[in-house]
Amino acid sequence: MKKTILIVDDDMDYLFQMKMKVEQFGFDTITADGQKEAESIIETVRPDLAILDLMMESDDSGFILAYKIKRMYPDVPIIIATAVTAETGITFDINSDENKQWIKADLFLDKGIRADQLQREINKLLKI
Amino acid sequence: MASYKVLVVDDEMGIRMGTRRILQNFKVDYPFMDEHIEYVVLEAPTGEDAIEIIDREMPDIILLDNKLPGIQGIEVLEYVKKKLYDIVVVMITSYASLELAVKATRDGAYDFIPKPFTPQELRSSLENITKQLFLKRMTQKMNKEGKLIRFQFLSVLSHELKAPINAIEGYLKIMQERQFGDNITSYNEMIDRSLERISGMRSLIMDLLDLTKIESGKPVQHMQLVDITKIAGISVDTMRPYAIQKDVDIYLNTKEPVMMEADAKEIEIIFNNLISNAVKYNKQGGRVDVFVQQEKNKIKLRVADSGIGMTEEEKSTLFQDFVRIKNPKTKHITGSGLGLSILKKIVEMYHGDIEVESIPDKGTTFTIILPTDNS
Repeated sequence: MKKTILIVDDDMDYLFQMKMKVEQFGFDTITADGQKEAESIIETVRPDLAILDLMMESDDSGFILAYKIKRMYPDVPIIIATAVTAETGITFDINSDENKQWIKADLFLDKGIRADQLQREINKLLKI
Repeated sequence: MASYKVLVVDDEMGIRMGTRRILQNFKVDYPFMDEHIEYVVLEAPTGEDAIEIIDREMPDIILLDNKLPGIQGIEVLEYVKKKLYDIVVVMITSYASLELAVKATRDGAYDFIPKPFTPQELRSSLENITKQLFLKRMTQKMNKEGKLIRFQFLSVLSHELKAPINAIEGYLKIMQERQFGDNITSYNEMIDRSLERISGMRSLIMDLLDLTKIESGKPVQHMQLVDITKIAGISVDTMRPYAIQKDVDIYLNTKEPVMMEADAKEIEIIFNNLISNAVKYNKQGGRVDVFVQQEKNKIKLRVADSGIGMTEEEKSTLFQDFVRIKNPKTKHITGSGLGLSILKKIVEMYHGDIEVESIPDKGTTFTIILPTDNS
């Protein structure tokens, strides 16, 4: 059976492009354009993996959503994709122990990631 | 009631007790302070005791005798300086040689109080120190907050600038790889979306330039007597093509000239911002009404629309940088989120006020009140 990936982003172009890429990798997708819509989706659907934007309704929507998804489905891997890194100097190293405590994401990716890299990371998290 | 800790370092018990008594009921107030400041007195008979108390209690002010039984006062001062503590040190001494005074001042002593001192001398010295300390801490706090706001602004800005580039780059890659075949028409929607994102980015950059101009210290204002109604007319004409595209009518309801001392460019930015928002957040077949009203000592610029309106909650975030009201009705509306920040900064320069009335699904009215009485 095809695995289902939840993609959440308030940028409609990014959402479209990500959906296209992920479907080309051979997955089913469900999309949401914000934290609120995603929250109502996870009430009824358990995705196999989630790819979340960071800044949506609020600056930390992605983190809040990640937290809520992990609370409901602790085993669902979460990727946070964002454009906020090098320019601001804000980096979230989720592999450091300190950040693992509160950032409930498995992987942190830059939005400019190449399709083949993305596919590799998804497969790794889904253990395919 | 706030309090500052004052540490008295003197081997003479009389001086320590006298200081305690003099400062017991003494309060300092200052027009900028929200509350009075009173003093809690700590005592140290030696320099060694002083250092221990300094590390433990972190006093705000130290009254320091130089001639102490063990280490000298000047060494306590050096210690405070070395630790970069935010403490004001005042030397109290009867042996103030010029050499000591120079050294103590170089090491950061704020003042000297000659010994013996009268209660009045001590109080007035403490009052000055308190005000100086208060202002210094206030400045530090404001600098820190200012920097923080700047940092938040930059981080959101970089997000807003990078998002469209990513979107356009993504579409171009899809086209480069011919993912939907060789027929260019298959990519029409992606081309439209790319152009849309480019125009959004252009308007963001334009708004940023406006904002930088306003924020770069002293804006160069060309103040002269201008006809506000005429400027409103220019702005209405500028916005009309956009309004026609959106099927919205704009009416300038004031005909008579309303004169005011102002920078015509800034007034035009105000109208452009208000009218473009009124068109943007309107409904098909909607209308925008523009009024200029002369009242006693003030001029009101009013732009009313028959648009989608806002809830109270949405209204409260309106003037923050980059805040754009996000809900299903605004989903396809683009903008930089800086327009109203710019508007607000301009209105502040004129010491004016902004009033917003809004009813969801009925419309929004912005009223800018500009005082004309310069006295």
